[in-house]
Amino acid sequence: MSDERTFFNEMLDEANKPRQPYARLAKWLEDKPANFLTKKGRDAETIFRRLGITFAVYGTEESTERLIPFDPIPRIISASEWRHLSAGIDQRVRALNAFLHDIYHRQEILRAGRIPADLVLQNEAFLPEMAGFTPARKVYAHIIGTDLVRVSENEFYVLEDNTRTPSGVSYMMENRETMMRLFPELFQSHRVAAVEQYPENLLQTLESVAPDPSKSSQTIVVLTPGIYNSAYFEHAFLADSMGVELVEGRDLFVDAGHVFMRTTREPKQVDVIYRRIDDAFLDPLTFNPGSMLGVPGLFDAYRAGNVTICNAPGTGIADDKAIYAYVPDIIEFYTGQKPILNNVPTWNCSRPDDLAYVLDNLEEIVVKEVHGSGGYGMLIGPTASKREIAEFRKVLETNPSNYIAQPTLALSACPTHVASGVAPRHVDLRPYVLIGDQVRITPGGLTRVALKKGSLVVNSSQGGGTKDTWVLED
Amino acid sequence: MLGRTASSLFWMSRYHERAQNVSRLLEVACRGAIISHSGQEDGTHWTFALACSDCETGFKQKYEELNARNMASHMIFSKDNPSSVRSSLELARNNARAVRTGITAELWEAINTTWIEFTDVSPQSITQEKLPDFLSWINQRAHLFRGALLNTILRDDGYFFSQMGNFVERSDNTARILDTYYWTLLPDSDIIDDGSLEHYQWSAILRALSGRRSYRFAYPNARLKAFNIAEFLILRTEMPRSLAHCYDWMADTAEDLAQFYGSREPSLDMAADMARDLAEKQMHEIYQQGLHDFLSDFINKNNQFAHQLCEDYNFA
Repeated sequence: MSDERTFFNEMLDEANKPRQPYARLAKWLEDKPANFLTKKGRDAETIFRRLGITFAVYGTEESTERLIPFDPIPRIISASEWRHLSAGIDQRVRALNAFLHDIYHRQEILRAGRIPADLVLQNEAFLPEMAGFTPARKVYAHIIGTDLVRVSENEFYVLEDNTRTPSGVSYMMENRETMMRLFPELFQSHRVAAVEQYPENLLQTLESVAPDPSKSSQTIVVLTPGIYNSAYFEHAFLADSMGVELVEGRDLFVDAGHVFMRTTREPKQVDVIYRRIDDAFLDPLTFNPGSMLGVPGLFDAYRAGNVTICNAPGTGIADDKAIYAYVPDIIEFYTGQKPILNNVPTWNCSRPDDLAYVLDNLEEIVVKEVHGSGGYGMLIGPTASKREIAEFRKVLETNPSNYIAQPTLALSACPTHVASGVAPRHVDLRPYVLIGDQVRITPGGLTRVALKKGSLVVNSSQGGGTKDTWVLED
Repeated sequence: MLGRTASSLFWMSRYHERAQNVSRLLEVACRGAIISHSGQEDGTHWTFALACSDCETGFKQKYEELNARNMASHMIFSKDNPSSVRSSLELARNNARAVRTGITAELWEAINTTWIEFTDVSPQSITQEKLPDFLSWINQRAHLFRGALLNTILRDDGYFFSQMGNFVERSDNTARILDTYYWTLLPDSDIIDDGSLEHYQWSAILRALSGRRSYRFAYPNARLKAFNIAEFLILRTEMPRSLAHCYDWMADTAEDLAQFYGSREPSLDMAADMARDLAEKQMHEIYQQGLHDFLSDFINKNNQFAHQLCEDYNFA
């Protein structure tokens, strides 16, 4: 989308006056000398690099580890805005968990005809192996990162639900630590809700879903694919801040239906696995036989109720892009309430009518792969060239059922430090939600920012950066 | 603790020690190349570094000329040479990354910053004139790593396994350097000129093991002498790179491990036996057995000890 279109500026109103939550920050920004933020940005980069807060970009040769650009201007959300958001998120994650329990048991929602049965049962993300199994507390998706965008004062849309293995929470934590080092004075003049309790909350959540919650101490582990994974830093960070072991598949084995880790002494039984590897790689005996990352026999131990896997296998069906369009129905079906947060209207290209509309309006809309992620394989009509659109049209016509389309949303923009000074750049927001004995939503989240002028792509793999996100307290 | 964590801590320390040892060998060679010695062929100094680090064959396959540029390229920056400083630093850091949860922030920052700054250096910028400064920087970074380890890490099993890695590598390095030039350390090669090749080699051996100055304190008023040098580097426990010193530490660490886990594994007895042997041994007995035999035997036993340790504690 070009900048001539109207978008919601989170800091300044139509008269270029700061909105209330940004009042102090706007004044502070005005008072600072021109090169102040440049210097602070450099300080931040040094901190990140030394701490090794990096991510890997697949397919780039020259370096396997990169920094995500960090923007030193915080994004601010008022207390009342946050109450609205968190109520909506709470409602949504409860409904999605109820949906998962239902489709792996009685499938009431399919019988009621609210979702086409094929869309669920023929979906790659639906795991028949999970049918009839009930995880502890009936929770399937314990860790969710809800992607939101804002288009006006009170209008937020959910873009994606991320119910598999959402990442980025370590950036939420480290961005805050860095901001506190860089601008202590700003924290004195604002009442910013803390995010530092996240690891503690994560640990409580994981403990609450252990197979035998009455045990006096639970052995929790974080399962990582290893140091070459793009999110390895985060895996280590989470294990470290919870004080639990960071394991790879080869550190675990299954014996007599229980999962153990190989220690320097006797094997130690594991109760809960926070896995950061995909379903397909969990257990070579049940899923992908070529997986070197998983643990043979893990799934059987899980179904026997001897270990909890978080998130549960098969949660991907709840954030499938084809299912997404039905989430408002899912919410109504299981909660009996109207959705608090909006869903983006979605055209399903497998439907001929929808496809025809999408092909007629490629210049105006966003087209995404059903199973894609990370901003790859998508078309943003308003910013694409004629050639890109023509090429995408061919791909879409060949395999329409692989795509969905949505109107281009006018993403809100936040003040961002750029070469020319401070300018609005488009942002999204991913708050982190934990579901166990209760639903815990950390006030804040990860704000991703499209650093290029006019760009709507916030993915770090596509040149996006991050910001610290401040939820103000009343 | 995971067996894999123990293994990573062991190798993190071991590779750091190796990086430092290689850079010290190069420092000695650089020095030799600057101070000319009569009667020496060109490249003798470089050969010393190549031979002691077991890199001679690999070097000759790639390069014809022995000079500072080729040496730096092979011994410092090469991605193919598994013993290059770069390979060691990278492996040390990968092992540290694998146990990010098991090491302190200070230790990680020391390791990570070394790696970042090392990879920022372009090999072309390290000319013969700049090489000594660069090597001393590598040395200082290795000291920083040891300092951060000793000052910040908890004294638990993680610490014990890192210490084992450090001293297994150090004693192996000392034994290999001695064995490479063992004939210059035989007692009958004592009467030689100050400017001779043997004299240069003695001094190189001592420098390569950071012992040139401390030798003077251990043997006051004594000139360089084969018997003393061998004794200093093998049996004197006050010399921090001697075989006896290394096994003193390892025996203590073995005792700590036994106490920590409440059980004594075979590798711990091996370390204690090795330490006792070295403490009781006299230099003339070693000469009787044959210096070369003694050193090869030591290198073997040291390897066996490392293998047994991996086995006893389920290193992955």
